[in-house]
Amino acid sequence: MNATLDFQNRKFIDIQNVEQTFKTAKGPFQALRDINLTVAKGEFVALIGHSGCGKSTLLNLIAGLTMPTQGTLLCANKEIGGPGPERAVVFQNHSLLPWLTCYENIYLGVERVFAPTESKAQLKARTEAALALVGLTPATQKRPGEISGGMKQRVGIARALAMEPKVLLMDEPFGALDALTRARLQDELLAIVQKTQSTVVMVTHDVDEAVLLSDKIVMMTNGPSATIGEVLSVELPRPRNRVELAEDAAYVHYRKAVIDFLYTRQGHVEKAA
Amino acid sequence: MVSAVFHSPADAIAPASTSKPIAGPAATPAPAASRKAPPRQPINLARFWMRVLPPLAGFGLLVLVWELIAMRSGGGFPAPYETWLQAVKVFSDPFYSNGPNDQGVGWNVLSSLQRVALGFGLAALVGIPAGFAIGRFEFLARMFNPLISLLRPVSPLAWLPIGLLVFKGANPAAIWTIFICSIWPMIINTAVGVQRVPSDYMNVAKVLNLSEWKILTKILFPAVLPYMLTGVRLAVGTAWLVIVAAEMLTGGVGIGFWVWDEWNNLNVANIIIAIFVIGIVGLILEFALIKIATAFTFEEVKS
Repeated sequence: MNATLDFQNRKFIDIQNVEQTFKTAKGPFQALRDINLTVAKGEFVALIGHSGCGKSTLLNLIAGLTMPTQGTLLCANKEIGGPGPERAVVFQNHSLLPWLTCYENIYLGVERVFAPTESKAQLKARTEAALALVGLTPATQKRPGEISGGMKQRVGIARALAMEPKVLLMDEPFGALDALTRARLQDELLAIVQKTQSTVVMVTHDVDEAVLLSDKIVMMTNGPSATIGEVLSVELPRPRNRVELAEDAAYVHYRKAVIDFLYTRQGHVEKAA
Repeated sequence: MVSAVFHSPADAIAPASTSKPIAGPAATPAPAASRKAPPRQPINLARFWMRVLPPLAGFGLLVLVWELIAMRSGGGFPAPYETWLQAVKVFSDPFYSNGPNDQGVGWNVLSSLQRVALGFGLAALVGIPAGFAIGRFEFLARMFNPLISLLRPVSPLAWLPIGLLVFKGANPAAIWTIFICSIWPMIINTAVGVQRVPSDYMNVAKVLNLSEWKILTKILFPAVLPYMLTGVRLAVGTAWLVIVAAEMLTGGVGIGFWVWDEWNNLNVANIIIAIFVIGIVGLILEFALIKIATAFTFEEVKS
């Protein structure tokens, strides 16, 4: 393989010395400092940490919704200057527009990305394929208010995937769901990512979710002035099966490592707070 | 609608039945409802009475007070029954026309409604886009907020002379007054609605990189619609309040002018009829707009 291309792919997302400080009524608040992270093409990265550790802040920076006070963020060797459809976001609360049907919600994104180059029929086909991918073809003409929380989140994922983003950014996408629905959606996501080979950055506070889904777990220290405490490579073979992994020694080891970081080494700060 | 209000005292004489009215002898309209009540289980009946009795007692009280005032005024103030007979006469031919100063109550109401529709329509045409602009761009908000705060509390009738001066006519001046008093609630509510569009929706717009036109039609407009319709409702309410006063001053054909004209004729029964008509038309406008607003309000979806 071409050496430079390989290098590019290994540093598909490149975060260098990023610091984020917010101006608040009580004075400046440093949320993040000294963030250095690379994400390879096709890699699945989980950001994990206690509440308020700035993991969503970091995700918003990659999305381009906010700009860092210092440092640079690159995606495919280009500086991230603002939000765009090549870095699609799945929001925690799905953020579907309640006055549009599931179809229209997805079509809105598809239209924006592909309308200049493709025909109406192709756009329609893309939207329908995205709905089929998350198993929601029957809900095509339903509005978000008429479907369950899990289905809404699936539409949110479909909307993001339909734009064929270079990077899929997910902000606690399953946080608001019950445990059973969450497990089912995690399995679906595993299958979808396997199929699409997407690069994914996902914020989570669920240890099992992080280990099951990721190639790399980025563990963050407690805020304020949070930074990356440790990066854990999860070298479990794919496709992964949650039932088989439950007793797998390597899985248990990774799980223990994350729990150890979160509760033994970073736990005391929260107790003190 | 009109007859329903006047019905109660007349009907009251007919079926004297079981229930005991709470508000004294004149509150007899209560039994009138008994003809609507088919035999049901006792619990349902109790709830039914709870819904029907209090409003009827309220109307009964109104009629009682009215009757007492009429009795004490010594003939100057028409009694309810007298007014009822006059109302039947007025409404038997609502669309007659004997020249510009003597027209049926139907024509008067219609020409008032026409003025309100014109003034209000123009206000919506200007106010709603202005509200969007003020809500979307902070510069405009800071520019216009002081002006709106200054002009909004001004009594609508204070604008009438300006209208007469500029438009040199009674009718356009009345329309102008409606315009100026109904524009504020629409501007303010629309602007507030735009500022309160959930940031999640705006983040979606940013991530999808939607054009300003798509943001307006797919996100802002539907999200703001409920706020806007509240503004429209307030505006119509104000407009209907103001038109009566404006027409009293400007003359012509209209329900407000009719009130003033009947006062000059010392026909108090007609004034009372006009008061009921104004109230009922206002109620219908309000009710229709609430129906429209609920039809266009989307459930706030939270998973």
